[in-house]
Amino acid sequence: MIPAYAYLWLSGILFTIGAVGVLIRRNPLVMFMCIELMLNAVNLSFAAFSRYLNSLDGVAFAFLVITVAAAEVVVGIAIIVQVYRAGRAMDVDELDLMKE
Amino acid sequence: MNVDTFAALVLVLPLAGFLFNALLGRMVPRRVVGWVGAGSVGVAFVFALGVLSYTIDGKLAVIPFFTWWASGGFNVPFDLYIDPLSTLMILVITGVGFMIHAYSIGYMGEDPGFSRFFAYMNLFVFSMLLLVLAGNLVWLIIGWAGVGLCSYLLIGFWYQRTSAVLAARKAFVMNVIGDIGLIFAAFLIFLNLKTVDYVVLFGGTHGPTQLLSYASLPKGGTIITAIGLLLLVGAVAKSAQLPLHTWLPDAMEGPTPVSALIHAATMVTAGVYLVARMHLLYDWAPIAAGTVAVIGAVTALFAATIAVVQVDIKRVLAYSTMSQIGYMFLAVGIGAYTAGMFHFMTHAFFKALLFLAAGNVIHAFHDEQDIRKMGNLRRGLPITFWTFLVGTLAISGAPFLSGFFSKDQIIHAALTMGPAVPLLGLIALFTAGLTVFYMFRLFFIAFGWEWLPDDPRHLHEAPPVQTVPVIILAGFAIIGGYIGVGGFLQPVLGTTAEASPAELLGLAAVTSVVALAGFLLAYRLYARDPAAAAAITARVRPVYTLLWRKYYVDELYDRLFVRPGTALGRFLDEIFEPRVLDGFIDGLVLGIGDLADDWRHFQTGKVRRYALWTLGGAALLTAYLGYTLLRTHAL
Repeated sequence: MIPAYAYLWLSGILFTIGAVGVLIRRNPLVMFMCIELMLNAVNLSFAAFSRYLNSLDGVAFAFLVITVAAAEVVVGIAIIVQVYRAGRAMDVDELDLMKE
Repeated sequence: MNVDTFAALVLVLPLAGFLFNALLGRMVPRRVVGWVGAGSVGVAFVFALGVLSYTIDGKLAVIPFFTWWASGGFNVPFDLYIDPLSTLMILVITGVGFMIHAYSIGYMGEDPGFSRFFAYMNLFVFSMLLLVLAGNLVWLIIGWAGVGLCSYLLIGFWYQRTSAVLAARKAFVMNVIGDIGLIFAAFLIFLNLKTVDYVVLFGGTHGPTQLLSYASLPKGGTIITAIGLLLLVGAVAKSAQLPLHTWLPDAMEGPTPVSALIHAATMVTAGVYLVARMHLLYDWAPIAAGTVAVIGAVTALFAATIAVVQVDIKRVLAYSTMSQIGYMFLAVGIGAYTAGMFHFMTHAFFKALLFLAAGNVIHAFHDEQDIRKMGNLRRGLPITFWTFLVGTLAISGAPFLSGFFSKDQIIHAALTMGPAVPLLGLIALFTAGLTVFYMFRLFFIAFGWEWLPDDPRHLHEAPPVQTVPVIILAGFAIIGGYIGVGGFLQPVLGTTAEASPAELLGLAAVTSVVALAGFLLAYRLYARDPAAAAAITARVRPVYTLLWRKYYVDELYDRLFVRPGTALGRFLDEIFEPRVLDGFIDGLVLGIGDLADDWRHFQTGKVRRYALWTLGGAALLTAYLGYTLLRTHAL
């Protein structure tokens, strides 16, 4: 059986990749994908713990996270599409009108 | 019809009169307004006689109508408490009230606020009836407050006059002070005795003071004394006794019939009624009862001395009312309840008479109230002259008129029982002499002794609608003393020690001598030799000024309460609010604004910067949690 720490390492690495992606990329679509990566890294650790502790709580939590992520993507993609249609550059550093 | 219907009608009729005149008064002819206003009270008097036929042999009836509200163990039903005491009150209120209402038809005939006047008057009578008929303290307080409200409305009836409005406000404030005392007394009674119902409190007509002992309130204990004193605060304010008396003389700003109603039938007698009604409590609280007696005696003397120098005909009468109510307080304070209620009744007759007659004089002189400008009224206003003389004789306690019997009873009681025997009795006796003096001073100055053969002023007697009530009241002022009030009230108030005939005769002789002395002095100074009066006045100028300024009580209250009050108000308005309150609020707003200016630079709109901050925060949190986790596990 693959030990639990292997999953945790993998989860941690995926999370870090996602976090770094969010920080360094400027394309909103890619940033979204990185956020998904982070969320799924967490899901992975939930699943791993669930298995390791022989409890379904973690898996249930993972489903919750998937649901939230789906909802978030729906809203986010809609905004991104609207921004694209408005002819704005796909660069989050340019999209700073909300500060007003 | 039985007593239930009678009692209900007594209460409902003035209310109906009020509603009619308030809602429709401006649409119907003046004659209808007058008929409804006076008639409702008159018919109520007839039904009050029906109630009398039930209570005449001392029976008690509690007539339930509905439960107003009930909450846990606290029930407030609306029921009427019919016993000889309340019967006497409603008879005087509706009887004398009817005379005053009928008189008002003539007196107020030219006033543009005719229907408003009758609406207020009817509401006044209704409130007072509610006050005396109520079967528990809650409804008593409602009637009590209603009386205060109506006095405010009627004193300020001529609201175009600033002085009337100020007088009305003063009366209202003074009364509210009393209301607070009364309400707190009711709280204390409920807290300790678990009821506010008269039936439970007093155990019916012949009831013992069981409840007081059941509730383990010791006789003369703190709580019962506090209840008595708080009730007294209410009574003092309503009855214009020291130290809450200042509103009564100012209340003369109202129309004269209002003064008559306030002084004779309603309002100021409410305090006496309250003490008489609660007499079982006062029997249980000797200190409170003694305070009632002392306040009464002191007020009687105090007001009588002021009345000696006043020159406004209505003010003299106002101070005489204070003084006479003082007698009643003295009586109920020392336990001579029947004597107090007896004097209440006779006083209602002659004081209503005096005020209404004074109203005729004031009208004849075209609203002049200064007695120094009157005189020689015997030919111009013969009816008013003779009836006023009857009233003066009655209040003076002239033998065999009504005041003679009731006042002698009080003086006798004060000389033989109660605290500080015989000091209070001597004060009462002296005040009786003073009463004769100031009343005849008023009479001699205002009505004149000499008879001028040719009066250039062509004074006119008032129309019959204003003279007939006065004549009827004069009749009662003469025979009122022969009404057996003592025996009638005995089931409620108990008997006071009967004086032996010899004692009474001796006392009558003494009071007659005192009264005669007062009369002769007044006659000498104001009828025979006015120059002497002026000379004496000049010699005792400081005393005169003291009395003329009413012992400076108004000025004292002005210094003590009004000016500090306005000063506090001005301080709050001009300094505290703009500087302190606004300063604090403005400072808060500015501070938050500055803070926001500093921190808004974080709001760059750069999503990646936000993400960095978030991640940094998360990293810090994780580090902290990891650290604590490690530390606890390491330990």
